[in-house]
Amino acid sequence: MMSNLFQPAKLVPVLLLLALAVVPPLAMATGDDFLVAFFARALIYAIAASALNIALGFGGLVSLGHALFMGIGMYSVSLPVFYGVSSGWIHLIFCVVVCALVGGVTGLVSLRTAGIAFIMITLAFAQMGYFVIVSLKQYGGDDGMSIGLASNFFGLRLDSTQTIFYVAWGLVVVLSYWLARLRNAPFGMTLRGGRQNARRVASIGLALRQYQLTAYVLSAVLCGVAGMLLANLNAYASPSSMAWTVSGELIVMVVLGGMGSAFGPVLGAMAFLGVEEVLKAYTEYWMAIFGLAIFAVPLLGKKGMMGWLEQLQWRARPVAGKASEALETKEVAR
Amino acid sequence: MTVSLLIAQLLNGLQYGVMLFLLAAGLTLVFGIMSFVNLAHGSLYMLGAYAAAVVGVHTGSFTLGVLAAIATGVVVGAVLEWVAVSRLYRRDHLDHVLATFGLVLFFNEVVRMIWGPQPVFVSLPESLSGTVELFGFSYPTYRFLIIVVGLLVAAGSQWLIHHTRVGMLIRAGSVNPQMVGALGVNIRLLNAMLFALGAALAALAGAMAGPILSVQTGMGEPVLITTLVVIVIGGIGSVHGALYAGISVGIVDTLGRTFLPMLIRVFADREVANAAGPALASMLIYLLMALVLAWRPQGLFPAHKVK
Amino acid sequence: MNSLLQTTDIIKRYGALLVTDAVSLDIREGELHAIIGPNGAGKTTLINQLSGELPSDSGQIRFGGADVTALDIHARARLGLVRSYQITSVFDEFTVRENVALAALGARRHAFRFWGGLLSDTQAVVTAEEGMAATGLSARADLLASELGYGERRQLELAMALAARPRFLLLDEPMAGMSVQESAAVVALLKSLKGRYTILLVEHDMNAVFALADRISVLVYGRIVMTGTPDEIQGNEEIRAIYLGEEEII
Repeated sequence: MMSNLFQPAKLVPVLLLLALAVVPPLAMATGDDFLVAFFARALIYAIAASALNIALGFGGLVSLGHALFMGIGMYSVSLPVFYGVSSGWIHLIFCVVVCALVGGVTGLVSLRTAGIAFIMITLAFAQMGYFVIVSLKQYGGDDGMSIGLASNFFGLRLDSTQTIFYVAWGLVVVLSYWLARLRNAPFGMTLRGGRQNARRVASIGLALRQYQLTAYVLSAVLCGVAGMLLANLNAYASPSSMAWTVSGELIVMVVLGGMGSAFGPVLGAMAFLGVEEVLKAYTEYWMAIFGLAIFAVPLLGKKGMMGWLEQLQWRARPVAGKASEALETKEVAR
Repeated sequence: MTVSLLIAQLLNGLQYGVMLFLLAAGLTLVFGIMSFVNLAHGSLYMLGAYAAAVVGVHTGSFTLGVLAAIATGVVVGAVLEWVAVSRLYRRDHLDHVLATFGLVLFFNEVVRMIWGPQPVFVSLPESLSGTVELFGFSYPTYRFLIIVVGLLVAAGSQWLIHHTRVGMLIRAGSVNPQMVGALGVNIRLLNAMLFALGAALAALAGAMAGPILSVQTGMGEPVLITTLVVIVIGGIGSVHGALYAGISVGIVDTLGRTFLPMLIRVFADREVANAAGPALASMLIYLLMALVLAWRPQGLFPAHKVK
Repeated sequence: MNSLLQTTDIIKRYGALLVTDAVSLDIREGELHAIIGPNGAGKTTLINQLSGELPSDSGQIRFGGADVTALDIHARARLGLVRSYQITSVFDEFTVRENVALAALGARRHAFRFWGGLLSDTQAVVTAEEGMAATGLSARADLLASELGYGERRQLELAMALAARPRFLLLDEPMAGMSVQESAAVVALLKSLKGRYTILLVEHDMNAVFALADRISVLVYGRIVMTGTPDEIQGNEEIRAIYLGEEEII
């Protein structure tokens, strides 16, 4: 389990990130703009899925309402721009503050429940946010609003697909690395312990709910940042990006990639959007097939794509003693 | 603001409320007894609406349309239960969410494939498109019919749950599902019947909603989410909770949307009122839910589950 | 000797059933106090009230002089009132070392650290190593908890309780389901802990109880019928009757 860079589970993520880094120059060379936009979008959803992973994958909090925070992020750009404010820093502060507040309050209320109720309540709060935005007719309501200016971070303008691509890419790299560390840090361990056995966490002296709320707020803020990038990419903010189905899609990405792993959400986002594109090219009624595919995801097991990569790792390991022998003959635990 | 407007909106709220009850009653039992998160309940509502619309147009009979909807609900519900729910309900809730989410997308697309993205128009039969005299003023007959049907179902469910053996099993199941199974009851059959019954009620709600709301793909999800709010407020697993909460939510939402903007206009200028009014009105039921949760996380009329 | 854990007339009802009937306990610092009683006497309910899992309907619980009646589980654990569970309750997806290290951390500090690994926290790791050594799990430190045998999982429970550096150990049937050798190992371990920790032991294994306990309380139908030394308890007619079946047991 200790780092060995040449195991698939470690190697594939690094290779994938390196490969992604060269997509824009390659695309420029071949004149294929579509790929840059596609991967920029995929990287943005990778950030959102990684954010959700903190609450869902580590903490086991099934939030069906994270699209709300992406929406807040989007409108954190469109509303200031509507009033002529294009400073990216103001957009960011707006996004962080509002996401933290909304995440804090909804998290506080939602965490008073568990199980089915928690899922429903997060869904309900997201829907509330959706309806509030839709009812604000002066800000576009149902149709959304176009964004005339790009977020400007002291000269770095998010006005080209390429720029947004690299900002998103950078964030994915940093976020993935941080999540890998967070996973084994006391905070991550507490959350993961809580997912496995909440009562046990209490009996070792940790107030689990505080950690869960923190995780929820953290994931809300990061999801909001993804929303900011998406708004700049589309130059548009629309309530349809806050629809509850988006929350569902984020959950699929996290589970598909491998819940609770550091890089899983990135793989999940790539795979999800990739399959979507392929199916779209294949048939007009791709959503039906896609729906059935999502229906089948629970059958894949929670370890997802990262789990498959790790399976390859076990088999390649040399026998080092009784312990690893026992591990090798056993199937990787669910 | 006239009294007749208030009464009309109260009745509209009641009508909306009983429709929410029809949807919530089955779903809350599936949540409480089978502990299964069924996001596809809205799809059953949608399929009921389409069945009623299609059969109604083909046969010219509204009644046949409604019966077809109920039949559709039972059949699709039973098939879903057999194929998916029975295999999945022992897994964790995340799996339920994923599977039923996939089903929602699937059903929405199938419906779009067959009938296209445009709403299907359902016309009311002559006999139902008039008005009735209530409390000294006229109220649409059809909406009144919905209220009557809803209250009849409520009475029927009350009878079923408190005066039949099946109902006793349902009550026992919502308090302690494992025990009921351990007592040798055919829990598989009970679950299947329960699910099909809930599906039938959802389809009935869809059929009744057809003439007054638009029948189109994706119509199930917004109403599903409101149903979830009702269930949370009423208490998971509690049918009478679903009734009281449904009616409350229906009335609060309807009255709120009508009168809150008016109320705000009294205190603030037109600009602010036009902006804030609808926004606040749409938040109302969620604020209600949050308040209930802050005060009683288990809902107002919980089924007293024994752990 | 001063009293470390004191309960005053705690009562718990489930509907009409009085499960805990005005129980007043006085556990002295440094002693190993056992609670025995027939099945259904309400031992687990009593333990749950002491650890904070279950709120009492009335009565008071004092720990180290402070009133802890209103405190929940984690607050009591932080004060040093630590419990191990009858039905093994560990983190299956973590290794043995991670389990024990997390237990060591939680009792002393908060876990709001977002970068450095849990296992790079020297204090937690050292405490974890001690706990594992004491319970004989050092060789299994890198295995996942789910891969341990039943007896080893019980030992892990104990190791986690010890890693919390408790003042007071609440042990709920630590020897449940163990083989003879495993039980003997646990008895030896508990003997080594005597005096250093105050221990409240709920057990059915009478050999262990009489070998270890300084004092024994007998719980029947939610009431403490007698508290005394092992000799006093063994010599008492009424208690013998309860265990030999002259009294009606549920």
